[in-house]
Amino acid sequence: MTHVLLGHSRRLYQVNPFTSILTQCCKSKKDYSVKSGAQSGVLERVVSAFRSVCGDDGVSLGLAVREQHGRDESVHKCRPPDIVVFPRCVEEVSALAKICHHHRLPIIPFGTGTGLEGGVGAMKGGVCFSLRKMDRVLDLHPEDFDVTVEPGVTRKALNSYLRDTGLWFPVDPGADASLCGMAATSASGTNAVRYGTMRENVLNLEVVLADGTVIHTAGKGRRPRKTSAGYNLTNLFVGSEGTLGILTKATLRLYGIPESMVSAVCSFPSVQAAVDSTVQVLQCGVPIARIEFLDDVMIDACNRFNSLSYPVSPTLFLEFHGSERSLEEQVAITEEITKENGGSDFAWAQDEETRGRLWKARHDAWYAALALRPGSKAYSTDVCVPLSRLPQIIVETKEDLVRNKLTGPIAGHVGDGNFHCLMVMDPNDPEEVERVHQFTERLARRALAMDGTCTGEHGIGLGKRALLREEVGPLAVEVMQGLKATLDPKNLMNPGKVL
Amino acid sequence: MTGRVLVGVKRVIDYAVKIRVKPDHSGVVTDGVKHSMNPFCEIAVEEAVKLKEKKLIKEVVAISCGPQQVQETIRTALAMGADRGIHVEVSGKDYENLGPLQVSKILAALAKKEEASLVILGKQAIDDDCNQTGQMTAALLDWPQGTFASEVAVEGDKVKIVREIDGGLETIKVNMPAVVTADLRLNTPRYATLPNIMKAKKKKIANVKPQDLGVDLTSRVEVVRVDEPPQRQAGMKVETVDDLVGKLKEAGRI
Repeated sequence: MTHVLLGHSRRLYQVNPFTSILTQCCKSKKDYSVKSGAQSGVLERVVSAFRSVCGDDGVSLGLAVREQHGRDESVHKCRPPDIVVFPRCVEEVSALAKICHHHRLPIIPFGTGTGLEGGVGAMKGGVCFSLRKMDRVLDLHPEDFDVTVEPGVTRKALNSYLRDTGLWFPVDPGADASLCGMAATSASGTNAVRYGTMRENVLNLEVVLADGTVIHTAGKGRRPRKTSAGYNLTNLFVGSEGTLGILTKATLRLYGIPESMVSAVCSFPSVQAAVDSTVQVLQCGVPIARIEFLDDVMIDACNRFNSLSYPVSPTLFLEFHGSERSLEEQVAITEEITKENGGSDFAWAQDEETRGRLWKARHDAWYAALALRPGSKAYSTDVCVPLSRLPQIIVETKEDLVRNKLTGPIAGHVGDGNFHCLMVMDPNDPEEVERVHQFTERLARRALAMDGTCTGEHGIGLGKRALLREEVGPLAVEVMQGLKATLDPKNLMNPGKVL
Repeated sequence: MTGRVLVGVKRVIDYAVKIRVKPDHSGVVTDGVKHSMNPFCEIAVEEAVKLKEKKLIKEVVAISCGPQQVQETIRTALAMGADRGIHVEVSGKDYENLGPLQVSKILAALAKKEEASLVILGKQAIDDDCNQTGQMTAALLDWPQGTFASEVAVEGDKVKIVREIDGGLETIKVNMPAVVTADLRLNTPRYATLPNIMKAKKKKIANVKPQDLGVDLTSRVEVVRVDEPPQRQAGMKVETVDDLVGKLKEAGRI
């Protein structure tokens, strides 16, 4: 039995014996039918109750389907749920949640399974709510720059839908993730420096709570661009990683597709020079859209992977958005700043093809890193620090990598002070895996010591709960636990994550 | 050569929509369903605009046939960089029965009237998959045609076209004026930016009736019935090879 302490109320939550029986029933062999037997009379009732809500093909006990829904793109082990359900509307989500609540079954919301922190693993078994059938774009208001989407809509699908309107949703994490999933993990992308992260771009959420209650965090259908009405419930759920409720609708802030774009690349003699340039560009008021940093190890990997010949030194990839005239000005100011900081080989392009080629190195970074050691797996770290501390943390981190003989090319959203070490390792070498794990803990603590955070965009998930406590402190964690206990007293919502 | 390029753009059900057949099997449900520009027409518009940006041609005219709503599709083409639009008004039963034969007659008439140097169309529409309009238009005009184009290069008064064919790629050179139909790999169409959509509102769309072009809209084709593809039946799993053989025998397969 596992016990999880819940802050204020100090209750002990014990693994539901019913759940462990479910887990045993379904894990023993590949069996696609409901087993008969005394205990599984309850199982049958639950499954048949689920089926009456979302149809026969809306419930799956198949091992392959459950395994699919027990893993994401992280290195965490697959933890399949006992049952996967596929609701088609918020009414079904609510009805299913009520059943789970009555039988004390854990609920794990599932969008696209593209998370990087093990957020979808069913640590205590239970029911995975796959939301992919709820895939409508609702209520687009182009003049108001807002749209409401269901959780099955991914960011690329939304931008394709919007293409006739001249609008886009700019938050672009690496994967083609579910927008509600992005809201749940408070995701961010490469252009947060100009357009913000999910926190700044979610106006309203429809949430189903653990007991099936449906709430609208800013009021049903409301979408003012700003509000000061009551507690900010919308941003309470943004980043809650499925531990407070299931997000079934998100109202998002849209932006106009910029008239024109220019991309540029520049090499620097040192990390310090690259970061100094970044800070100065921001200080000069250049509304830069993307400013990405690649260290020399990463550039070398990209050169090999794509047969390019960028100078092997710290490099910035930049992108500017705006009208033709404003672009000229932005590029001119930036080029001057980079020159003053010792930057060289400043290359820029406006037409889509050349821009694509310039940026290909940055886009393929993940694969280029993996290609350094064929057969390896990669884990991405995610710390974020104030800009002024970035040179120091990158230098210290690189020294740590060399000292411990680890492969960790660095790519980062330097405009936000956020960088990723793509730790390339042999998954079958437990010694290396352990060394990488220790390294990531040291890195997180290094960031915390510099007034930063252990996770800029990936979330806490399974692996960073202890770091969360170090980061916000025990008192803040107690407040979080109190909120959790209020919204989900039975601890059914994605147990074992975040707290 | 006038340096004028005509681009045909068709308003179709958006590619991402799940199509449903009407209960009376007379067609598919279009009411309240999202429509947008046919993806191959987007590629055609993009190619025309690229040619203009390279200063190889002077003017891009976007044409669409249909009811009031097709003006949205023309506006999208204008936002992508077309200079002006022509809306050929076809509605009601005429629109329901509108097919490649009538459209190609309309395009041929307009190509003559506008003294076009090039007509660029999508290779086919994603609703009917006919892949006929470009070819028919060229035949009616007695112009050369380069279909399934994955590369287009204007060289003086000739066009070099690389075509995607079953065996690989075929390069041909034709005299202008000519008809080109765009295939998937020709280019990646640009998104219409918001400032350009605003600017496009000022561009002109002329209204024309098919009768004014001397085109008879009678259809030679009648749609008898539309059915969904048969539902995929669930498979069956067996434990041993003997079971498999037994089941296949039962089903009369062996």
